[in-house]
Amino acid sequence: MKGWQQFWRQLSLFGLLALVLTGCGKDELSALKPSGPVASMQYDLMKLSSAIMIGVFIVVMLIFTYVLIRYRKRPGQQGVPKQVEGNHALEILWTVIPFLLLIVMAIPTVTTGFALHKEFPKEEALQVKVTAHQFWWEFEYPDLGVATAQDLVLPVGKKVQFQVTSADVMHAFWIPALGGKIDTNPGQENKIWLQADKTGIFYGKCAELCGASHALMDFKVEVMDQTAFDSWANGMKGVQSKEPVAATAPSAAQGQEIFNKSCLGCHAIAGKGGKLGPNLTNFADRERVAGILAHTPENLAEWLKDPQKVKPGNNMPNLNLDDAQVKALVEYMSTLSVK
Amino acid sequence: MSAHASHAPAPKRSGLWDWLTTVDHKKIAILYLIAGGIFFLAGGYEALLIRLQLMYPEASVVGAKTFNELITMHGTTMIFLAVMPVIFALMNAVVPLQIGARDVAFPFVNALGFWLFFFGGVLLNTSWFLGGAPDAGWTSYTTLALNQYSGRGVDFYVLGLQIAGLGTLIGGINFLVTIINMRAPGMTFMRMPMFTWASFITSGLILFAFPAITVGLVLLMFDRLFGGNFFNPDAGGNVVIWEHLFWIFGHPEVYILILPAFGVISEIISTFARKRLFGYSSMVFATALIGFLGFMVWAHHMFTTGLGAIANTLFGLATMLIAVPTGIKIFNWLLTMWGGQIRFPTANLFAVGFIPTFTIGGMTGVMLAVPPADYQYHDSYFVVAHFHYVIVGGLVFGLFAGLYYWWPKMFGKMLNETIGKWNFWTFFIGFHLTFFPQHFLGLMGMPRRVFTYLKGQDLDVGNFISTIGVFGMTIGTILFLINVVVAAKGKRAPADPWDGRSLEWTIPSPPPEYNFAQTPLVRGLDAFWIEKMAGNKGMTPAEPLGDIHMPSPSFLPFLMSVGLFIAGYGFMYHNYVVVAIGLILTFGCMFARSVKDDPGYHIHEDEIEEKGVKA
Repeated sequence: MKGWQQFWRQLSLFGLLALVLTGCGKDELSALKPSGPVASMQYDLMKLSSAIMIGVFIVVMLIFTYVLIRYRKRPGQQGVPKQVEGNHALEILWTVIPFLLLIVMAIPTVTTGFALHKEFPKEEALQVKVTAHQFWWEFEYPDLGVATAQDLVLPVGKKVQFQVTSADVMHAFWIPALGGKIDTNPGQENKIWLQADKTGIFYGKCAELCGASHALMDFKVEVMDQTAFDSWANGMKGVQSKEPVAATAPSAAQGQEIFNKSCLGCHAIAGKGGKLGPNLTNFADRERVAGILAHTPENLAEWLKDPQKVKPGNNMPNLNLDDAQVKALVEYMSTLSVK
Repeated sequence: MSAHASHAPAPKRSGLWDWLTTVDHKKIAILYLIAGGIFFLAGGYEALLIRLQLMYPEASVVGAKTFNELITMHGTTMIFLAVMPVIFALMNAVVPLQIGARDVAFPFVNALGFWLFFFGGVLLNTSWFLGGAPDAGWTSYTTLALNQYSGRGVDFYVLGLQIAGLGTLIGGINFLVTIINMRAPGMTFMRMPMFTWASFITSGLILFAFPAITVGLVLLMFDRLFGGNFFNPDAGGNVVIWEHLFWIFGHPEVYILILPAFGVISEIISTFARKRLFGYSSMVFATALIGFLGFMVWAHHMFTTGLGAIANTLFGLATMLIAVPTGIKIFNWLLTMWGGQIRFPTANLFAVGFIPTFTIGGMTGVMLAVPPADYQYHDSYFVVAHFHYVIVGGLVFGLFAGLYYWWPKMFGKMLNETIGKWNFWTFFIGFHLTFFPQHFLGLMGMPRRVFTYLKGQDLDVGNFISTIGVFGMTIGTILFLINVVVAAKGKRAPADPWDGRSLEWTIPSPPPEYNFAQTPLVRGLDAFWIEKMAGNKGMTPAEPLGDIHMPSPSFLPFLMSVGLFIAGYGFMYHNYVVVAIGLILTFGCMFARSVKDDPGYHIHEDEIEEKGVKA
């Protein structure tokens, strides 16, 4: 008997401990803190299904506990227990009740399922094309003529229709606080719609194993009100329809020269440059360096000196820059703002 | 049998040579257990490294690439090389005895199945020393698993699993034939013990599921080794086809694993409650139904692949249906114990501990079957928690239970109960500590297969607790190993240590090589229990005492497997001389086996020990 009491005490203790200590996670990241209609619908289904399941679990555990305590073999117990073959009424009961519970779950599963798979035309939703790369995210707004990377900028309270694909391996596009994920399959295009009902920053993740730095393939979602979004989009469009502006400060100008020589082949700034790496038009406005490091000159320098050390397996080569060149590049890149 | 065969002396072999050539199902069971056990320790060590790396945020115990190799090898090793073989160990040790047979239908094929699995597993694991283990995940999704994005390790995965998979497939076929054809007189299908039923259905699932993964692996091999483009979208290939092929195998695989555990639990709970299994026929039908539905639900692993609302909803609803037969089983176990006289040796502790743990795993399974909610759970730590609750909390508990229960029968020694109880409690508490917090980590936004997580995301505490739990499971596993050593010097096991109900307890522990001196006559479900209740000492024999025909040992299964092992390296390194050597060895052995007449030998009536079944 003592063993079982101990078992229950420990089970409930650490269960409680785990719950209290971990809470529900960070507002910006947790699926348990929904900040949009999609995440809310999904959260409601989670609550419904876990409530039903916990109910079932409690019933099972009540019978389990009763049986283990009541029917333990007692010292000196004689005779053979009655050999029961079965009981039709009971067996029908525990076939039918789970079935009914499943129907309760099935109905919202179907309705929500179809609601989440709606596709919205550009009249009803902002269209965003997402292309996943090892290990960064490319975002295009085809109707606005804007392209960016790593920081997805969205207007608050408006549906966003995403078309997602991949340039290399399979990734998955996931913003837990706004809604569930969708795989980005190379050679195919998937669709998903999301909506943010709060302004602020949300965390996005890659959820499908995609190589060495899968864990570091984070992105940020910056949700702003419609006017701020419009002005951001106009600013981006204005900059991206022209050649890059020449830097004025001498050290930044030197940085720009290095950039044009070594970086522009892969990274675009304004209306110029390659598409193999993230578009850096508004680099200075971004939340993070390389999607993960705090946006400081030191961290940018660290990245430029040895990208493989920060994100193993990524496609950016080590440019073997000396400290002065790194410093100049950092200077230049901190001028890349559209705000 | 031919007359001259009965005069041939029984081949006496000893030591290593005996083990390399044995076709005896009891010895093959021990081989499966040892090999599976070693791979289990390897997979466990990989898990330990994984959790150490994740103990603190931004840690660097192992590097990013090594981490991906570890998770890939942990999953692949545990599924294909650890738990499957230990299941085969129990099936080999127990099924022929439970149906009153002297061996499996094809003893030679049985040995071949083991050696193929073994050399496939060794081939896969040599990747660690030959340029790096596979690192595309145990699911090996393309295009990540293609040459452009991953190293040679995936070649080891592709070839190792093909060789090991052949072994599993022929093992499954062998058990189907054995259970259909080799049952003792009176052992009708509806009198078979639950473990035999589960093994039967699992073998059927193996027969239909393994060809799917074989097709996938062959296509992937063509892509990687011969420049095929089945999965390369740049050349018109399709990445989603691999997912389908993998999961058409992969989901039934889950039931291939868990059904035998259901069987083990059914036997143990019934024995230690001293009651017959409640609702035996509904148990059988529930098992069959789970096996059947298991083939209809593979796409629930692919809800986020983009199959669309209709496919996702249908696969989701089909998945939910599996909860009904599973629920039937859980309530039947509870009602089996109801009114019984429950004893709690270690075997039953694991069996009873299985019930709440597996129920949690099943519950999260139903939650995952709701596609819209799954979009949040998918590929997060919630899924990691779910499938470990099913595979560790379900299957591994079941295997521990089965090992404690049948160890006396397999080895003739009793495992120590005190160490056993410590084994259970450390493993049980460690298990829940490791995996329970992972449900919340997933919901809080932690994707699976990440080699680290950044600070400031509220993921630290859950990961720390999770890693602490691993130490509990590690201690539990070490205690089991200690127990094995202690038991080797411990007391001899009687024929029937647990007051058993089925035929394996009617013969000595360990059984003689012919199992039953006389094939028993089965008069109902729980054949031995019926005789006990009728006041009989043992089974009524169904045949007179006579010479027993035995299969000859053979070295050919070993050599055939070595041949494929060698050819595997040849394929990987594009060295076709090596391929030829390996294949000639394999096919040469097959030819030798086909043309050489091997009538086996007979154990003479006088040699049969009298201590077996009383005539």
